[in-house]
Amino acid sequence: MTFFSLTPEEWEAVRLSLKVATVAMIASLPVGIAVAWLLDRKEFWGKSLLNGIVHLPLVMPPVVTGYLLLLTFGTKGPVGAFLAQFGIVFAFRWTGAALACAVMGFPLLVRAIRLSIEAVDTKLEAASSTLGASALWVFLTVTLPLTLPGIIAGMILCFAKAMGEFGATITFVSNIPGETQTLPTAIYTLTQVPGGDAGALKLTAISIAISLGALLISEFLARRAVQRIAA
Amino acid sequence: MSLSIDVRHRLGSFELEAAFASAGGITAVFGASGCGKTSLVNIIAGLIRPDFARISVGDTVLVDTARGIDVPPHQRRIGYVFQEARLFPHMTVESNLAYGEWFTPKAQRYAARTQILDLLGIAHLLKRRPRDLSGGEKQRVAIGRALLASPRLLLMDEPLASLDAARKAEIMPYLERLRDEVKIPIVYVSHSVAEVMRLATDVAVLSQGKLAAFGPAAEIAQRLDLVPDDEREEGGVIIDMQVAAHDAGFDLTRLASGAGDIYVPGRLGPEGTPARVRIRARDVMLALEEPRNISALNILRGTVAEISSAGPSSVNVRLDCGGAAVVARITRHSASAMGLAPGTPAFAVVKAVSVSGPTAEPH
Repeated sequence: MTFFSLTPEEWEAVRLSLKVATVAMIASLPVGIAVAWLLDRKEFWGKSLLNGIVHLPLVMPPVVTGYLLLLTFGTKGPVGAFLAQFGIVFAFRWTGAALACAVMGFPLLVRAIRLSIEAVDTKLEAASSTLGASALWVFLTVTLPLTLPGIIAGMILCFAKAMGEFGATITFVSNIPGETQTLPTAIYTLTQVPGGDAGALKLTAISIAISLGALLISEFLARRAVQRIAA
Repeated sequence: MSLSIDVRHRLGSFELEAAFASAGGITAVFGASGCGKTSLVNIIAGLIRPDFARISVGDTVLVDTARGIDVPPHQRRIGYVFQEARLFPHMTVESNLAYGEWFTPKAQRYAARTQILDLLGIAHLLKRRPRDLSGGEKQRVAIGRALLASPRLLLMDEPLASLDAARKAEIMPYLERLRDEVKIPIVYVSHSVAEVMRLATDVAVLSQGKLAAFGPAAEIAQRLDLVPDDEREEGGVIIDMQVAAHDAGFDLTRLASGAGDIYVPGRLGPEGTPARVRIRARDVMLALEEPRNISALNILRGTVAEISSAGPSSVNVRLDCGGAAVVARITRHSASAMGLAPGTPAFAVVKAVSVSGPTAEPH
């Protein structure tokens, strides 16, 4: 049963991928909700610019995004050098992989949440304020719960994007086994060496299983959330 | 508690301008759709920021643009019952009801939960979700939610408009109890003559953004010229009376007032219970001599006070009956044949079954 047993390196790639995708998804969620809310509900100077920047990773070649991240967050980049003083390093670390995945998944997260916020009936928010809720409480008790289906959908999209992210990751943090080698980069490496086919196929199967599982879970959660808030 | 409103606000080409003050009870804001009723209540609630306004409830100033006072909506403590209940779909009825209560500081809570649940008949709905409620139930829960926040003022924007006649009839008695048992001022927006005349203490009539008339309901009711054309048949007077006796044999209640006695079907409560009756002008007949051997039970003696035109072929004749007014809509032909003129003594004849009173007690 060699097909079903993974080498320690392959296991490491699976574990790392899950860790990177989960961290990317959770860390970008609060920012994603805030940006989605700003873009949908507020008018401010530079709104179009913010909207453009958020969506840029969706349309730019991932390699370009990865290279820009390297320039900014690399050890010699302006932000990277600054953060390095506090011991926070992204370049060639798994945290960098998570950052790259978060940036790549961010537009998908924001889009899904923004659509959901747009669908929230502002009349319910007005009702909430007449009942004594301040703007923050209105958001926490009415807007946010009613946005839940969109948040779930956005999180899963972000997670899936992170699981599959290749270009930006390999450019920014390279392909270091045990540190930055995620499933896609591990598969890529295996296909480049003789006799790596079996390993590549196993990891491919695992990729499919994880993606499918994530989709099913999100479907289930989203349906429950929709049922809860259905008027 | 008193309520004082003075508002000027421009919305595009539409200008809203209204000022009135009421001592309490239900102030009905009446007018055709598009006359600015909802804008007015939204300004009171703080959901629209007006160009100019001075609004106070009791001693509390909510808005005074001249003095730069503008209490934010969540601090106004105004209970707002919207036309479409607006219950929170992600919460149970119980959580919806508790929502406003939770945001009200303990020292300012006066609403008694069990009493309100009982008043509105919603205690059995607590575990349900809004989507499982009927339209009438939703509206009652929405009223309960607003009341449980212990508001200083209750705003009701066409709370019955989205309901059918049966549901309306179901909620009406709750609204009457609300008026009589909850001692906060209520602003009640409606375009229905029947609702306004049944519930209101004072009436503000809005027409194209301007205040066309304001006064006690009984006075405004006599102004049949204020009734919009599509509700023409509903025009009539209201008389505030008291239950005098109930005839169990025929199941009739005798009501008494300065105007004389009026019989209405059913039992309306113990002696002394206040009861407002509405008599539509089209249901009133006039006679110069006291009619005998006639099936109509209610015959009120009075004097013609005013005759005004009600169209090409009809007139409204206002009779002064012991201080109360009764208006009859009769043909111009009859008025002329009877020689009616101000000062003519006459009898108003009304069938007991065409008098609308409060809902009778169930048998």
